[in-house]
Amino acid sequence: MTHAAATVDQMLPPYPAERGLDVYNKKLGMWVFLASEVMFFAALIGTYVILRFGATGEWAKPGIVLNIKITAFNTFLLICSSVSMVKAYAAIQDGDPKKMRFWLLMTILGGATFVGIQVYEYIHLIEHGFVPSGVREGSELAELVAKGVLPAATMGLYGSTFFTMTGFHGFHVTCGVISMAYLYFTKALPGKYSKQDYGGIETVGLYWHFVDLVWIILFTIVYLI
Amino acid sequence: MTTVAATAHTAHAHHDDRSFIRKYIFSTDHKIIGIQFLFVSLFFLLVGGLLAMQMRWQLAYPGQPMPGGGILPESMAPGGVILPEYYIQLVTMHGTFMVFFAIMPLLVGVYANFLIPLKIGTHDMAFPRINMWSFWSFFAAGLVMLSSLFVPDGAARAGWTMYAPLSARHDFSGASIGQELWSVSIILVGLSSILGSLNYITTIINNRAPGMTWFRLPLSVWSLFITAILGLLALPVLSGAAIMLLFDQVLQTHFFDPAAGGQALLWQHLFWFFGHPEVYILILPAMGMVSDIIANGSRKPIFGYHSMVFAIIGIAFLGWIVWGHHMFMSGMNPTLGSSFMVSTLVIAVPSAVKVFNWMGTMWRGNIRFHVPMLNAVAFVAMFVIGGLSGIYMAATPVDMFIHDTYFIVAHLHYVLFGGSLFALFGAIVYWYPKMFGRMMSERWGKVHFWLTFILYNCVFFPMHILGMGGMMRRLYDPSQYTFLQPYQPMNVFISISAFLLFATQIIFFVNFWWSLKKGKPAPQNPWHDNGLEWSLPSPAPHGNWEKVPTVYRGPYEFSSPQAAEDYLPQYTKLPTDREPARAPVAGH
Amino acid sequence: MHWWLPLKGSTFAGEVDGLFLAITIITGIAFVLVEVGLIWFVVKYRQRPGQKAFYTHGNTRAEVIWTTIPAVTMVALGLISNHYWVKIKGRHSVPANAYPIAIHAKQFEWQVTYPGADGQLGTSDDFTVRNQLHVPVGRPVVVHLSSEDVIHSFFVPVFRVKQDAVPGMDINAWFQATVPGTYELGCAELCGLGHYRMRAQVVVHTQEDYDAWMKQAAQEASQ
Repeated sequence: MTHAAATVDQMLPPYPAERGLDVYNKKLGMWVFLASEVMFFAALIGTYVILRFGATGEWAKPGIVLNIKITAFNTFLLICSSVSMVKAYAAIQDGDPKKMRFWLLMTILGGATFVGIQVYEYIHLIEHGFVPSGVREGSELAELVAKGVLPAATMGLYGSTFFTMTGFHGFHVTCGVISMAYLYFTKALPGKYSKQDYGGIETVGLYWHFVDLVWIILFTIVYLI
Repeated sequence: MTTVAATAHTAHAHHDDRSFIRKYIFSTDHKIIGIQFLFVSLFFLLVGGLLAMQMRWQLAYPGQPMPGGGILPESMAPGGVILPEYYIQLVTMHGTFMVFFAIMPLLVGVYANFLIPLKIGTHDMAFPRINMWSFWSFFAAGLVMLSSLFVPDGAARAGWTMYAPLSARHDFSGASIGQELWSVSIILVGLSSILGSLNYITTIINNRAPGMTWFRLPLSVWSLFITAILGLLALPVLSGAAIMLLFDQVLQTHFFDPAAGGQALLWQHLFWFFGHPEVYILILPAMGMVSDIIANGSRKPIFGYHSMVFAIIGIAFLGWIVWGHHMFMSGMNPTLGSSFMVSTLVIAVPSAVKVFNWMGTMWRGNIRFHVPMLNAVAFVAMFVIGGLSGIYMAATPVDMFIHDTYFIVAHLHYVLFGGSLFALFGAIVYWYPKMFGRMMSERWGKVHFWLTFILYNCVFFPMHILGMGGMMRRLYDPSQYTFLQPYQPMNVFISISAFLLFATQIIFFVNFWWSLKKGKPAPQNPWHDNGLEWSLPSPAPHGNWEKVPTVYRGPYEFSSPQAAEDYLPQYTKLPTDREPARAPVAGH
Repeated sequence: MHWWLPLKGSTFAGEVDGLFLAITIITGIAFVLVEVGLIWFVVKYRQRPGQKAFYTHGNTRAEVIWTTIPAVTMVALGLISNHYWVKIKGRHSVPANAYPIAIHAKQFEWQVTYPGADGQLGTSDDFTVRNQLHVPVGRPVVVHLSSEDVIHSFFVPVFRVKQDAVPGMDINAWFQATVPGTYELGCAELCGLGHYRMRAQVVVHTQEDYDAWMKQAAQEASQ
């Protein structure tokens, strides 16, 4: 049976079968997987909230360590890539594979740029002395700590939580970009998607929107507050 | 029915030209994946047992050279005498291997994979390749964990519960890379579990055969479904915690290090938020399979099927709000202690309901004591003891005394061994014919059962007494304490029983391996059971059915007035049966 | 060797043990019902030629009964247990006049700081002794627990008292000893390779003996 399902993207529930959730397997599977991702990010974000608001002593003020302007642009970029994803999905729903390919490509490029900018940001931060363990001795940021602009007591936690949350988010974005690129080259470009068969696009789209949503939360609570 | 759907869903059960590698190594067939989990997990069960034997030697004969101990490195057991640092590795790795690499994969990795498509009537899982990755990530995790026993400075040693900051800082524990490998392995195990759950949930929701409505599912499937949901939502939290622990260990982050602003209790909350659903993952599938076996052995329908389903759901739901009962003494706010106590006492109720329903199933039955039935009844008898001992822990003032003593060790072994492992012995024998086309030896199965049952109680019941005496857990040498010295003869008794218990398992292992080739060839339905899997030849072929069966009734129609025999399979069509209403082919 | 719980050495030992006994009776009844029931069914309903099983899917009334009785029992147990829990561990459970001792747990010893003659911790007459906990009988004692490194757990079986000592937290545990004598304290949370020998001696003195010991110990500590 397994090899008989080689036809691309069955968008119908398996048949004959007892009535399930009226959602085809790939899409249901993605929703189920996203539930586990919610729990994973909840553990990381929950930890951040507990450590930050349970810490004795102040937390670093927004904008001193992290570059809000560049990250705001990055956020905008990611949101735009979600819009382009929706456009790709709408295009193939209407039976326009050419338009879908264009918007999927835009999404991939948007996602890849997001990751690129984040990598640049990390390099910049590490050069200035912000590392997962906090502030590196003898660095620029260490001077700010010495001057009292940054609170010594919580910088360790700041580094730990920042890099873990944004790092894993970035990892998820990267996986999304790779998946979309894989689908683009193996399925979209050879014209395997159609009005009847676009489950892969819808499924990866769901994942992409989730990743975007997580970022909006992270951007707010890590960068802005 | 569209042409696309027709071609997609007709199985090619006899068209099997896969290579050896595709058929047995990198297989996407759920049955093979289940068997792969079985072989690997049985190996880790053996590893866990060997680690325990060493612990029991040290507890019975502290400071004495262990027979065969010469093969251990000088840094761990010079002259075969176990050192404290090695003892706590044994403790840690015994728990770790048994929970993550033996019991969980035996119950879920084996039986969710093997049984679900067969029992709901479909060709395979919804995502066969993801299923394959679920096994191989488990295998990789196992290799990593095993390797941690052999690295410089040895394995992790903060208990399977890995409390921080002992686990996070090498200067506190004395371990180095071994601790980190534990974290990496756990992250991989979590991934395996999540990928598996993804499959089980989607398959059960969407791929049931026509007529297999929710309330016609066997309880084994219900329990595996609910367990999969628990795993899907709990394992990611463990993965998150393990990642943070790993970062504390290698990146010098400070999540769990109070010296730098982190919180020691944070680890406990994260770990037990996962940990408590985890113990229900370790028991629910066992309960489900026991239900199937007891109904079969009693030749009666399960008593209170709907109650049983709601009890499974109730246990799973309540299981999310009891985690703090592992932390009553942790320094957590005592008011939280009160609320966790209430939820913990309440969760006893659905388990009690299940016990009474199993008894109700046996009542006025016509009981056949085949080997699976013996093990299933023992499950009920032993699980009750484990569950009742849990009530002592739920009562917080009593927990103050018994927390972190051998009373807890007794409790957890009554539910995990007396419960889960007996259920597994029964399940392995029960579904062996469908897996391998042979029967295991009935006679040796009975010998193994009785010896195991008696010796197991000799090992674990006295631990209640040790706990009441105040003997703490994870103690390398209890004789350091004057008040524990009088208990030493009991420790010796337990250890000798344990050595005999371990030796008895050889009977099971030999029976298992020998029967693979030399067992009696199995008929199609050796237990006269009603499940869909028994409509297939033994062993079941690749793709299961050419055409998916139709279901006409529930799974426990034993001794039905509608049939001459004392069983009536789900797939048998009687003249009075109608076809199920056609499920509409829905859109997206 | 005891087959039951150790000597009752504190005011709440009686309450803890009483609760333990009550639970034993309740669970004992359930245990007998189930195990005897199982044995009886196994014997009475074993397969016999010509016998047929009784075809039934259940009984709603039975379900209601065997759900309600355990539920009511558990709720009652919870209310009783909570009463003692609040009394022993509640936020306001430490008696006002409790005698303060500070215990700092570290790998692998207990550093016990006594308040000295003025009865107050944090003053210049405090002194610290390793692995020796001396308390007067008949007076509430509050232990201020802290940890140097990892999580340890303060456990005195005869007092029935247990409390984790957590690095980064200051936690109080109180008790009132009732029987003079010499006992033991053990660490009840795996804390590393020396966990098994993190033992202290606990001595419960009469008040006069305690004062005498205090004087002598303070002198020894200052040398």
